[in-house]
Amino acid sequence: MEHRALGLPALLALLAALAPLSFAAPGPTLWPVPLSVKTSPRLLSLSRENFSIYYDPSSTAGPSCSLLQEAFRRYHEYIFDFSKSELGPVKRNNAVELKQLLVSVGLESECDLYPSITSDESYTLAVEGPVAFLKANRVWGVLRGLETFSQLIYQDSYGTFTVNESNIIDSPRFPHRGILIDTARHFLPIKSILKTLDAMAFNKFNVLHWHIVDDQSFPYQSVAFPELSNKGSYSLSHVYTPNDVRTVIEYARLRGIRVIPEFDSPGHTQSWGKGQKNLLTPCYDGPKQSGTFGPINPILNSTYCFLSQFFKEVSTVFPDHFIHLGGDEVEFTCWESNPEVTDFMKRKGFGKDFKRLESLYIQKLLGIVSTINKGAIVWQEVFDDHVKLQPGTVVQVWKSEKYGEEQTQVTAAGFPVILSAPWYLDWISYGQDWRKYYTVDPLDFDGSQEQKKLVIGGEACLWGEYVDATNLTPRLWPRASAIGERLWSHKGIRDIEDAYNRLTVHRCRMVRRGIAAEPLFTGYCNY
Amino acid sequence: MAGSGLWFSLLLAAALAGRAAALWPWPQYIQTSESHYAIFPHNFQFQYHVSSAAQPGCSVLDEAFQRYRDLLFTSRPWQPPEPARKQHAPEKNSLVILVVTPGCNQLPSLESVENYTLTINDDHCFLLSETVWGALRGLETFSQLVWRSPEGTFFINKTEIEDFPRFSHRGLLLDTSRHYLPLTSILDTLDVMAYNKFNVFHWHLVDDSSFPYDSFTFPELTRKGSYNPATHIYTAQDVRKVIEYARLRGIRVLVEFDTPGHTLSWGPGVPGLLTPCYSGSHPSGTFGPVNPILNSTYEFMSTFFLEVSSVFPDFYLHLGGDEVDFTCWKSNPDIQAFMKKQGFGNDFKELESFYIQTLLNIVSAYGKGYVVWQEVFDNKVKVRPDTIIQVWREEAPVRYMKEMELITGAGFRALLSAPWYLNHITYGPDWREIYMVEPLEFKGSPQQKALVIGGEACMWGEYVDSTNLAPRLWPRAGAVAERLWSNKLVTNLDFAFKRLTQFRCELLRRGVQAQPLSVGYCEQEFEQT
Repeated sequence: MEHRALGLPALLALLAALAPLSFAAPGPTLWPVPLSVKTSPRLLSLSRENFSIYYDPSSTAGPSCSLLQEAFRRYHEYIFDFSKSELGPVKRNNAVELKQLLVSVGLESECDLYPSITSDESYTLAVEGPVAFLKANRVWGVLRGLETFSQLIYQDSYGTFTVNESNIIDSPRFPHRGILIDTARHFLPIKSILKTLDAMAFNKFNVLHWHIVDDQSFPYQSVAFPELSNKGSYSLSHVYTPNDVRTVIEYARLRGIRVIPEFDSPGHTQSWGKGQKNLLTPCYDGPKQSGTFGPINPILNSTYCFLSQFFKEVSTVFPDHFIHLGGDEVEFTCWESNPEVTDFMKRKGFGKDFKRLESLYIQKLLGIVSTINKGAIVWQEVFDDHVKLQPGTVVQVWKSEKYGEEQTQVTAAGFPVILSAPWYLDWISYGQDWRKYYTVDPLDFDGSQEQKKLVIGGEACLWGEYVDATNLTPRLWPRASAIGERLWSHKGIRDIEDAYNRLTVHRCRMVRRGIAAEPLFTGYCNY
Repeated sequence: MAGSGLWFSLLLAAALAGRAAALWPWPQYIQTSESHYAIFPHNFQFQYHVSSAAQPGCSVLDEAFQRYRDLLFTSRPWQPPEPARKQHAPEKNSLVILVVTPGCNQLPSLESVENYTLTINDDHCFLLSETVWGALRGLETFSQLVWRSPEGTFFINKTEIEDFPRFSHRGLLLDTSRHYLPLTSILDTLDVMAYNKFNVFHWHLVDDSSFPYDSFTFPELTRKGSYNPATHIYTAQDVRKVIEYARLRGIRVLVEFDTPGHTLSWGPGVPGLLTPCYSGSHPSGTFGPVNPILNSTYEFMSTFFLEVSSVFPDFYLHLGGDEVDFTCWKSNPDIQAFMKKQGFGNDFKELESFYIQTLLNIVSAYGKGYVVWQEVFDNKVKVRPDTIIQVWREEAPVRYMKEMELITGAGFRALLSAPWYLNHITYGPDWREIYMVEPLEFKGSPQQKALVIGGEACMWGEYVDSTNLAPRLWPRAGAVAERLWSNKLVTNLDFAFKRLTQFRCELLRRGVQAQPLSVGYCEQEFEQT
């Protein structure tokens, strides 16, 4: 009754799964792979009671750094919490005991700052008995190094917590490694978002792209315009209060994750119209208004007054330097139907070219955002439609057709790029689609060295049409992990069978840490 | 038929307006109106009618009353009690249940009658059924009829329902071999099955990947064949628990022990059971299907299936019989010699038949009926006329509807699964295709159609474990449930979409991790624990 057509890799995997011993051979399993790993066969043992994480005397950060305090506590839990099978402090074969991990921050710690696109996430890890050292310039590197350290530790066949003597030097390949969640098509409870942030940290993701509103609903509770969510959310309990938003941002910060909100306009704004009169373009059916509405009305001064005020609020609520302004999929039919809009076009000499109207809108919006000292990210249409962009505007490439060519063009024009096109995780199919995501290389397009440098990273997108809190986690993990490694690890890390074996263990680790990550294939988790 | 169809669709249109629109699966006959009655949780009770054959002490119904009381009145978002103001609606303070035929301690069977009528009007609030199983179905319908006003009062509309299933075998397959499913996942699934009026849990218990069934006659099977003999097994007590939990919900447990293929995990625990494959003149160290030429094989099967027959009380066992790979048999010189001796030539289907026939004789000697996958029929194995054949292949050797025609044409009973492999996922609302399948859409006489006893939604486990089982199953399996329960004419997709959307919100309210059908929201969303 099942699947004649198992591919060879799947069969090999099945065989591997049939031999649980070779399959579950204990050892460190790192995901994503660090830049440089040297492991020795010399083993150290650890115990919950004796092991601690503390500051090296040379560290600029100390116990007053709550970000690190919390991280130490978290990782102590992750390392030892799954020890139901632990048989107590079993010491065997004279293994030296690792008693401490000493953490040292070298430069100004940035403990109380927010992470940014330029944050230094590099670290080095030297694990030798009886004390291991984790060194980083900033707290962000410490967070990444703690995750790696926790992944080095495993339980040997007697249940003893074990670590190989190791030396690791690590830093990310790309500075922007994001996950997009969509809370407009379906509302995601805060708990789901926080869980996602946990899992992101396990995979060294550092950007939560929060597609917070869209046509379907407006759950963001604005202080300046409370009617937006009062009228535009699914219900009054499907709302993110300022306190909820602060919770998300702080929870993310403690994990070295930036929160970039997206307020997509001028299209994808149906839900805005309910709480903000005259914001959307009234569509016409012949000479009369049809009662339906199109994109934001770009010809009214009131529109830009509203946007100034609104984005001023957004810029204070969300501390990240960047705001995502959307700009995708603007539908022109409603604009075309509206006589005031067409008059305006005539006056401006735009002819029938609605892209120019779109450009006018976006340029004004970009102007607003730059006067409040924020950087902008936009979807690729904004570039495709020849909107004049300020230098430094980041273009996110999402259309799957010929995305390499798009990267070539955007970088040739000198704009930074975020790649998402091959990584739409809401598109599900039967089997191991993570392999497809994994084999993508973001720099695999025609262009000079300078152009390639403009690719700042990528994002896995989980759009919400068919996703809510019931299926978010298993749909995201471990599929997004494939992208996590692609964006962190060295270009040369691409052995797919090795990745399969490591990811299988990594997904079990995520499950153990409370993330309902779905299986890659037949098999089991040993706990 | 035309007349009743018209009457039916008129009712459908009428019901669209009312609260009854949330029913899933849609009942056979329903008449409902806007007038309604209030229900107050502290006053309300389920009551046995004095002349009911089931009375207090009937475990199936006593427990169902408790369950439905909880489902109806607890786990709803807390709302302040309504201020004491004049009630316009008259009150109903009990649902009276009358079961005609005694039998509270039995197990449901393929022949169980699940009919019920539900009458809620000025004079009555009454559930009548032939058996306790029908009463369970009626209680579920009753629970779906109760709604709550924004102020927090419970209501039920004046309603008349006469209901019965279209097919008697409405199954769901779970695969606990590719991935082990913890007992709680199985029990939770049984709960949701009952909400959808499914009545057969097809337990694909073991396969190549692992052998989690803890046999007391052959403990080595799990010791050597399970993923982890301490944690990834089903003990005798686990199995009893599943069977009783299912029984209390009117669900049969149809267990599958698939042979002679799909048995790699049996090998380590029973030396000599599997065929050693050869590479040239030497055994290669790998193994193929069960070795059909040894007496010891059949001795083992006799003992093993004797145990299985007593552990699993349902009349039917599923014996598998699918996807037997002949390459290993072909490579083995002992098998070649046996083939020659038996005069099978090079036709390994004959050898397969030989095995299956011997196995079927063993099982029928234990007084059991059996279900097999379609290959057993395709390969022309001689089987008893009362064998049930399960159709799972979409295209080959023929389109599945043609296969249904052939099987019923040969006089066998058929179960349909081919279009209902829920483990196959695609982007978007695939429940629509699942829903629009008509199981009797093949050329054949009325007698042939009568041989289709139902179907099964299958959730194979290659990519499914307890992390993603529930959202992948629900509400997609609901589409199969309605197809198998409701009238053939219930095929309007928009009507189904509205009801299924509401039903999935009701599932969320009941704590089921059922995924969304499209954009939107539920009053009570799923909260991660």
